[in-house]
Amino acid sequence: MIDQGFIGHRFEPFSAEVEAGRLRAFANAIGEQDPLYRDLEAARAAGHPHLPVPPTFLFCLEMEAPDPGALRALLGIDIAKVLHGEQGFEYHRLVYAGERLTFEQRIGDIYSKKGGALEFVVRDTRVVDHQGTTVADLRCVTVVRNG
Amino acid sequence: MTQLKMADLRVGMVLPELTAGPVSRLDLALYCGASGDHNPIHVDIDFARRAGMDDVFAHGMLSMAWLGRLLTQWVPQSTIRRFQVRFAAITRVGEVIHCAGEVRELQQVDGHWLATLALVTRNQQGETKISGEAVLCLPISDREKEQ
Repeated sequence: MIDQGFIGHRFEPFSAEVEAGRLRAFANAIGEQDPLYRDLEAARAAGHPHLPVPPTFLFCLEMEAPDPGALRALLGIDIAKVLHGEQGFEYHRLVYAGERLTFEQRIGDIYSKKGGALEFVVRDTRVVDHQGTTVADLRCVTVVRNG
Repeated sequence: MTQLKMADLRVGMVLPELTAGPVSRLDLALYCGASGDHNPIHVDIDFARRAGMDDVFAHGMLSMAWLGRLLTQWVPQSTIRRFQVRFAAITRVGEVIHCAGEVRELQQVDGHWLATLALVTRNQQGETKISGEAVLCLPISDREKEQ
């Protein structure tokens, strides 16, 4: 069983830059053809300062952590047993290419179902811009399949 | 691409559907690279089999990105306040995924409409893969203001 004593654990914050080329690669990978998400001129014509970060991409930037497997390492979870259970985003403003964002992650909850056959770890992430303003809050629920 | 006309907004309104796939192994490789989610279970069949799966399967967040496109092809991204999903079943290679959304609730708050949408992805047999919800903050149209 995962030790519930880790509820409230905070990871070392890390920063990541939103790169335009990476946004274009992401647009290709998800089949996004809207020029707003691919072409700087189209984004500017629509009133944006740069390419906007699409709705789910902040989750990808969480992979920029020095050790993206830090949560699994801390809790002793085997990557072969994890599934993504839930994901949530709360947006406070649009974020753009060229911004540097800081990710503050903490373990929000740990619980089990089916007599421990399934365990759940909730990771809450606050995303902050260079001025210290929160731009988004993310909630990720990882499911661990035991047995 | 059909954008929302505010005068049409009502409970029960169905968003223009978006279809993705059939999901290919190339799609998963591209998403692995572009997203930074390098969990081998999505791209390495040897690893997936050792983990007890028949085959690799799609990242849940690829489907959530498609739902994100469903939203942003209909309304400007800046209107999205919340976006959350639960991953109910694995999306497999070869499946065609239909993304759908419907307006479930409308509330006038502080001079805006808060629209709650129900979101779902299903395969060609109608099996639900992920379900979720988005909350949009939309301007109240001039015509409504005159009423």
